[in-house]
Amino acid sequence: MSLLNKRLWLIVFIKLFIMFAILKLFLFKDFFKTNFDNDSKRSEYVIKTLTNK
Amino acid sequence: MTIADISLVDWSRAQFALTAIYHWIFVPLTLGLSVVMAIMESLYIITKNEEWKKITKFWMSLFAINFAIGAATGIILEFEFGTNWANYSWIVGDIFGAPLAIEGIMAFFLESTFIALMFFGWNKVGKKTHLLSTWLVTIGSTLSSWWILVANAWMNNPVGMKFNPDTARSEMLNFWEVAFSPFAIHKFLHTVTSGYVVAALFVVGISSWYLIKKRHKSFSLKSIAIGSIFGLVSSLFVVISGDSSTYQIAHKQPIKLAALEGVYKGSTNAPIVAIGLIKNNVPINETSNHFLFKIEFPNMLSQLAFKNKNAFVPGLFDLVYGNYLYGIDPVSKRMERGTIAMTALNSYKSAKSKMDTVQMSLSLKDFNENVKDLGYAYINNPLDVVPNVPLTFYSFHLMVGLGMYFIILFFVILIFVWLKWIVKIKLLLWLTVLTIPLGFIASELGWVVAEVGRQPWAIQDLLPVSKATSHINASNVQITFILFAVLFTILLLANIKILLTQIKQGPKD
Repeated sequence: MSLLNKRLWLIVFIKLFIMFAILKLFLFKDFFKTNFDNDSKRSEYVIKTLTNK
Repeated sequence: MTIADISLVDWSRAQFALTAIYHWIFVPLTLGLSVVMAIMESLYIITKNEEWKKITKFWMSLFAINFAIGAATGIILEFEFGTNWANYSWIVGDIFGAPLAIEGIMAFFLESTFIALMFFGWNKVGKKTHLLSTWLVTIGSTLSSWWILVANAWMNNPVGMKFNPDTARSEMLNFWEVAFSPFAIHKFLHTVTSGYVVAALFVVGISSWYLIKKRHKSFSLKSIAIGSIFGLVSSLFVVISGDSSTYQIAHKQPIKLAALEGVYKGSTNAPIVAIGLIKNNVPINETSNHFLFKIEFPNMLSQLAFKNKNAFVPGLFDLVYGNYLYGIDPVSKRMERGTIAMTALNSYKSAKSKMDTVQMSLSLKDFNENVKDLGYAYINNPLDVVPNVPLTFYSFHLMVGLGMYFIILFFVILIFVWLKWIVKIKLLLWLTVLTIPLGFIASELGWVVAEVGRQPWAIQDLLPVSKATSHINASNVQITFILFAVLFTILLLANIKILLTQIKQGPKD
């Protein structure tokens, strides 16, 4: 494998690791999945948001 | 429950804008270079000239670098949907779900499969199989972008759906209306061809640099010829698709049109402003001239926007304060209807909890009659529906100006290529090299126009950005903003460095 290919694969793996193992896990928690158990509570929350100015 | 505080909204907005801007540096080059290398490989197969194979492999190596580093930067946008824009994600989930799922399937299965064959399949598969792989990579990446652009088009023109007051979700009624709305089609054509122009400038610029350095002459002349023809055709298509996009905007987002063209007071036979300087802080309802100076072409805006040079083009004043002669309601009226819809939604929710079916029915009727202006319920001041006019106006005009320059540049280059003088005109070659970043700038400006021009809306007329954000801590958004700024800058610098190294090495013999 050429040096360029090795470098690119390394960048790809580092990038994907940072994105999925660090950013997604620690900094980008899904707001609704974290704070509400089910879809009924999620829709209730959104309706509350929409019915308040 | 209160509206998200301004700093949270602005930081969330800034973070999404930062991510999108960086993502859009990589994407147009990927889109355009995929077509360039497919054309060049086709020429290799047709002419059986091994030099075309060498040329293809060189541009393919640059494609590989850009693709590897840029790929998946868009996934962070999806992370942000879930964290910062939870309300928005919930409301549009049923609409966005299908296009984004298809986009993922296209990207991961079609593109990725054939990218592997394309990069690693030289001398391992037959020539025609390899060529097919290259074209399928092109088609796959183009089709991927279709679905993302369908989602973005829907934000600007929400069609084919009905808002469900029980679940607070927009539910898709007609997939084809969403996927093939005229707004989506023209946005797709314009955006993708702008990527082709970026790549064409990249190819022509780098080839010009080789000619300046007296390197790889035959390679460069062939690349410049293909790049310029591709660039000229794409640029002309960008103009045509831009015109048709403007027609769509005139009908679906008239306030965006008024902002990008600097139309303050509507008129029939509306002129187009070719160049202009807007006065600072002059209120919309000020009757005096809003421009320090401007050069206009008469009737052209009416013609472009409505295909009728006598047509009335509403200005910001008409759209905010109303124009009964032309059937334009003032924003204040839309705010009233929006408030009725919001109140009806509240009343429906309350009646549902009490199992009061009569009240539910009455509330639902009020809601459905006024839901198309729901978003105006959350507007406090009619002027809040006006986007940043100078930013939209200047971005649009600079983008158009650059587009015209690119057409002239490609045309001039082709003339000199045909006359076999191109190698001698160093000034033109340097101009072409220096034009490479301008393609990226023009392409980014297009997104500024599209996304700044639609403010304050996350979904046109239905959901303002301030209601779309999640109620999270603004400091979290600030931290991730800085983190992304650093991460993406590192990625971009790595991309540029590796590209420059590869360019300096040049095509392999």
